[in-house]
Amino acid sequence: MLQEMTVSNHHWRRFKNVLMQTLACVCAVLVVSPLILVFYHLIREGFTSINWALFTSLPKPVGETGGGMGNAIAGTFILLAQAAFIGVPVGVLGGVFLSEYGSFRLNWWIRFAADILNGVPSITWGIVVYALLVVPMHGFSALAGGAVLGMIMIPLVMRTTEEVLQLVPSGYREAAFALGISKWRTIVQIVLRTATKGIVTGVLLALARVAGETAPLLFTALGNRFWAHSLTEPIAAMPLQIFAYAISPYDDWHRQAWAGALILLLLVLAINMGVRFLTRDRFPGKS
Amino acid sequence: MNTMTEAANPIKTPFPGPKSDGAPAFATRNLSIYFSGKKVLNEVSIDIAARSVTAIIGPSGCGKSTFLRALNRMHELNPDARMEGDIRLFGENIYARDVQPVIVRRRVGMVFQKSNPFPTMSIEENVTVGLRLNGLTDRATLAERTEQSLRMAALWDEVKDRLRSPAISLSGGQQQRLCIARALAVQPEVLLMDEPASALDPLATSKIEELVVELKKNYTIVIVTHNMQQAARVSDFTAFFYLGELVEYDATKRIFTNPRKKQTEDYVTGQFG
Repeated sequence: MLQEMTVSNHHWRRFKNVLMQTLACVCAVLVVSPLILVFYHLIREGFTSINWALFTSLPKPVGETGGGMGNAIAGTFILLAQAAFIGVPVGVLGGVFLSEYGSFRLNWWIRFAADILNGVPSITWGIVVYALLVVPMHGFSALAGGAVLGMIMIPLVMRTTEEVLQLVPSGYREAAFALGISKWRTIVQIVLRTATKGIVTGVLLALARVAGETAPLLFTALGNRFWAHSLTEPIAAMPLQIFAYAISPYDDWHRQAWAGALILLLLVLAINMGVRFLTRDRFPGKS
Repeated sequence: MNTMTEAANPIKTPFPGPKSDGAPAFATRNLSIYFSGKKVLNEVSIDIAARSVTAIIGPSGCGKSTFLRALNRMHELNPDARMEGDIRLFGENIYARDVQPVIVRRRVGMVFQKSNPFPTMSIEENVTVGLRLNGLTDRATLAERTEQSLRMAALWDEVKDRLRSPAISLSGGQQQRLCIARALAVQPEVLLMDEPASALDPLATSKIEELVVELKKNYTIVIVTHNMQQAARVSDFTAFFYLGELVEYDATKRIFTNPRKKQTEDYVTGQFG
């Protein structure tokens, strides 16, 4: 009797085990499949439209075939540079404050604020910067576009910086303090240096996220069919260009939108790989 | 101007060395430490002799590490810590209002229980980090100090051919001796050691112990240890702490052979703790 119960129990357990394993596998496939789908479609639809002119030329007027999105590619780089200029120092130093300075109560509020900011829809950021910069400056501008992307980056960079700094063992800080090294130098030369890779990764993720932002740029950078000659003019950006082309009725523009999306994805990928290469372990395999 | 403020940049001055006039290196008077209002060290008054090894023993939680960390103001890293009383280093009040903790810590080096060489730096960079981050840039001096410190830490012969290798490629015992070299490179007057060998194997431990005995020729050493034999082997004086109190303080020989207090005898003979 007891024997039988254990045996049937055993079968039931094995069944549950297989069931859960299968479920986990299916979910894992579901997680990865959108990425494969996106890649597959982008390459199928966009790859044939990638040519030299796409990177160097301006868009052609409606009705003419050819042309490119060189201005949008350049514009995205300019916007990302501005965003990094604002988002990286403020975000990293904010993360340093949260991790190394500040009081428990104050930090709780700062973290709370940063988490809420991380959840603010990007279109809201667009409207805020529209009111703060575009209206007073009497016009859409690259500056406003860079500012909005930078502001979106700040809470992201701040929170990841804080988290990786917390991972640096306190023994390193103590060792530095015991050598009579000042707190600020300890933070810059010991703590930040130890956490460089993590911070760079956080910055990259934030840059990758804002590189694809479209909604806030509609209110700030606006887009531009020509090369921008100053930061106070409207500027083209790849997401804006993709958006404009994708909702157009022209097949040629659709193809360029696919190609643009593929380039945007490859761009994000390339930044990622490049910086990973630059920040690779100085002493590989020893940690 | 007192010497404490003159020592604002001790790196550039020649090696000061402990005073040899028989004056104590440290003199604490009624030293009490509180963490979040709870008293963990109760009115400790002790004179620690220069150019000798003083061992601090006692069961876990007796306040010995806290005492050690008060000697170079490291306990201040804990914002909940509060200190009462007086600590003098060669006669100077290290808690005086115009004395910065950074200056105290340059004069009083520290070695921790867990070896903590900086993982982003090579062996050489680890040794010189205290000098470089305090503004010393002269390469010849840095190289000279590197060799000098590594020799003092009995590590030179093992690493002289790979000074540019990562510090974390060294073995555990070597890493701890590297940390000692790093502390010695800034030329402190006193070296505090917080259970420096408790994470090491017996062979590495005996190397550290030999080193401690060797270093006392030039330095004042205060060492916290859980290991009675170690205290007996390396120290000249031993202080026994229990529940935040300094129970007994005497020559090591006396503490281990003929202590005055029953508690001390029970502890050193292994009957409690």
